Amino acid sequence: MAQSVTLIVNGFTHKLSVDDPEMPLLYALRDDIGLNNPRFGCGLGQCGACTVIINGEAVRSCSLAVTAAEGKAITTLHGVGSPENPHPLQTAWIEEQVNQCGYCINGWILEGVVLLTRNPKPSEEDVRSTFSSLICRCGTHNAALRAVMRVSKQA
Amino acid sequence: MQTSNEDSLGGEIQLDRRAFLSGTGALVIGLAAPVAWAQNAPPSPASVNNRAMLATKLDSYLTVGKDGMVDVYFGAIDGGQGLETAMAQMVAEELDVAFDSVRVIMGDTARTLNMGGASGAQGIARRGTSLMKAAAHARRILLQHAATQLGAPVDKLVVTDGVISVSGEPSPKTSYAEVISAETFRSDIKWNGVWGNGHDVETDAPRKNYKDYKLIGQSIRRKDLPKKIFAQQDFPGDVRLPGMLHARMIRPPVAGATPVRVDEASIKAIPGAQVVHIKDLLAVVAPKEWNAIRAAKALKVSWSDFKPDFPTHEEVHGHIRKAPVVARKVEYENGAFDEGVKQATRVISAEYEYPTHSHASMGPGCAVADVREDGVTIYTSTQKPHFAADGIANLLDVPRDKVRAVWMFGTGSYGRNDQGDATADAAVLSKALGKPVRVQWSREEGLAWDPKGTAAVNFCTAGIDADGNAIAYELISKGFSRENVSTSENSAAATLAGQLLGAKLAARDTFNVPFASYTFAHNRVGWETIAPLLDRASPLRSTHLRDPYGPPILFGSESFMDEVAAAIPMDPVDFRLRYLKHPRDKDAVRIAAEKAGWQKRPSPKKNIDRSAEILEGRGIAFRRHFTTFIGLVAEVRVNTKTGEVEPVRLVCAHDVGMIVNPETLMHVIERQLVYGTGRTTVEELTWDSERVTSVDWATYPVLHMEHVPKKIEVHLIERPDAAPSGAAEMALGLVPAAMANAIFDATGVRIRKVPFTPTRVLAALKNTWG
Repeated sequence: MAQSVTLIVNGFTHKLSVDDPEMPLLYALRDDIGLNNPRFGCGLGQCGACTVIINGEAVRSCSLAVTAAEGKAITTLHGVGSPENPHPLQTAWIEEQVNQCGYCINGWILEGVVLLTRNPKPSEEDVRSTFSSLICRCGTHNAALRAVMRVSKQA
Repeated sequence: MQTSNEDSLGGEIQLDRRAFLSGTGALVIGLAAPVAWAQNAPPSPASVNNRAMLATKLDSYLTVGKDGMVDVYFGAIDGGQGLETAMAQMVAEELDVAFDSVRVIMGDTARTLNMGGASGAQGIARRGTSLMKAAAHARRILLQHAATQLGAPVDKLVVTDGVISVSGEPSPKTSYAEVISAETFRSDIKWNGVWGNGHDVETDAPRKNYKDYKLIGQSIRRKDLPKKIFAQQDFPGDVRLPGMLHARMIRPPVAGATPVRVDEASIKAIPGAQVVHIKDLLAVVAPKEWNAIRAAKALKVSWSDFKPDFPTHEEVHGHIRKAPVVARKVEYENGAFDEGVKQATRVISAEYEYPTHSHASMGPGCAVADVREDGVTIYTSTQKPHFAADGIANLLDVPRDKVRAVWMFGTGSYGRNDQGDATADAAVLSKALGKPVRVQWSREEGLAWDPKGTAAVNFCTAGIDADGNAIAYELISKGFSRENVSTSENSAAATLAGQLLGAKLAARDTFNVPFASYTFAHNRVGWETIAPLLDRASPLRSTHLRDPYGPPILFGSESFMDEVAAAIPMDPVDFRLRYLKHPRDKDAVRIAAEKAGWQKRPSPKKNIDRSAEILEGRGIAFRRHFTTFIGLVAEVRVNTKTGEVEPVRLVCAHDVGMIVNPETLMHVIERQLVYGTGRTTVEELTWDSERVTSVDWATYPVLHMEHVPKKIEVHLIERPDAAPSGAAEMALGLVPAAMANAIFDATGVRIRKVPFTPTRVLAALKNTWG
């Protein structure tokens, strides 16, 4: 039976009708709301490509039922900043020219944003630990680390 | 309720410019017609692609618009290495226009010529150089126009940012935009008649001297990154067409098994779910993506009772040793190896095993196809869109000029990954259903069903004479062909879908070995291939994986150089410098060693304390690939209690010839060394007698933050007068040997099998130390 779900994404409210209450949030964001990030990477919570921020936590949207996100504040990469009003970490990401293909970007930037929100001056070890569960096949790990440290040093 | 269209397709897809122009009779110069096709009508399906004719016209390479904007038609792609920016830099340099005035149109078969694609990291060396020639050709024509207009001889004209003036005179002035006419870019240009990677432009238009370069050599920031960082870059999986269905492929539980009976009732309860079963190809589709996933899980299928009897991943090197040789080729030979061995007073030999690797792309295969009566459009991030369009035409049996491939930025493919297979799946399903279809492969498919980088066994022998000279050297690398399926996806047989529909495997027996730089008196370097393990729709079919004939062989050859040096005994850097003769070869080794602070002595270290928990060592490896020359020093810490190997520092000396963009080049090298470390220390595809058992990021481990080398130093060797070569994959192949040599230096124990897992390293230590 179809079920009604209300999601709040980047400040916008969306009312959806879902066929399966267990549908992961990722498919509501992409398929029902039409957002192009987060991305599908593994569907297993192992890589981070689908990461969003929910109530201040970095969450793998491929592994969270849409109904569990109902009514909570969901932020995607698109919601953390724009070219006109970038998040400091996005600015640092450009300064460091971090990415190659960029497919993994949601996990890295959003985990970094959550870390910096909690701890504006993280140490290198803090950042390594935060990024420990993320995958990047282009090998941008150290560049991502440098981007967060750039913000940390400015704090 | 508020709705937002944030994250909607940011890129504007232009109509095919020729089709558009022919309808309006407008100027053939730099016109673009943005169409909000995602929200409204999809683009015209396919376009006429008069490739042979177009290659002779300047406007197939670049145009200057009345607004002064330059459009460059780059018939290949940017796989995330910054080629879009590099192309703009190179063309802007030769044309003397501002960097920001250049737009690069990539990989759309309706708007670009077939210049191959990502292949051998040759984007700058071949395609960039070719486009610079086209720019020089255009510049000459434009200056001839300007000379007439300004009443001054061509050789007195100077161009700055597209503004043309007469040398030493403040006026009159004109600009490219002012001198162009409707016919300017319809001018003829010669080309070499070769499609694909070999495509080149032929012109005698004068080229700039490198000493006058203003843009080449500058670290201009990448054009593509802001869009990626602000979530504005769409990939093929983000294409949404009206009526589009989501598909999931159904793969057999046993490799080679085929669907015998499909119980369509098993997915009846899932809204909109539908089975597509054509010959051996099986898929489910649904209007909603999650319902397609649910249907794929729920579908009940009876499979044929086929057993492939694979030798397992643990047995595969034994299989390679035993298997009959299908093809053999000696690529490099001088002197007489067998005679050299006879003259030697000492002969040493060793064998090295390299595993099977998956492309393991960050995003599993994903593509959209729209197959209609009047034409086919595929949205894909394949590395070779023009050849992929050839393959789709062959697969669907439609004329080639009815197929348009729209290339889009996508997941880093790093070789011929699963994108081409997903594209073929989507095309078959769209044709069957008469609707646009988006295929998304699962994580399991992206690891278990992508075409693979082949395993290899390297057989190395060397002869040393009484004076301690290495006089004879042989390397024979044996493994599966690197092209069970074509790397260019240009036929039905090259794709899984094509094979499931009956196309027979069209394997090419090819392998190749890295260039043999060392000047031993008697030298023989070659390869042997064996038959594929399964002749159809195999999860182990081989194709190009990043640096296809690099790491599997260099692990053996450059480890063995160290073994020969140790046998003499001689410092590993001195050994290489003794037998390398080309100055650029020698510089790469010398500079890497200098920058690393290399202490000269033979390996291994003396007086190794086997009771110490941590042992440290350093190793070097070298290669020349095309005209790229690289030395890599690795420093490692080996934990003798756990077998863990930590690459604490990598120092790379890199000579690529002319450098277009130093910062991006450094990044490309740094990041591939991280990737190369993963393929050295953790990556290995596993399978049993029936199926691939690497199905997720736990069973196909890749490098995570904690194991990334903390210090990676890249030293660019400047050769502004040398032709540019490639960089995007040449250095990674040195990581396995450099690390193995460092482990040997630290412990005196030689690791001859990749990856260097703790278990394997610990076993090797115990085996040698007792």
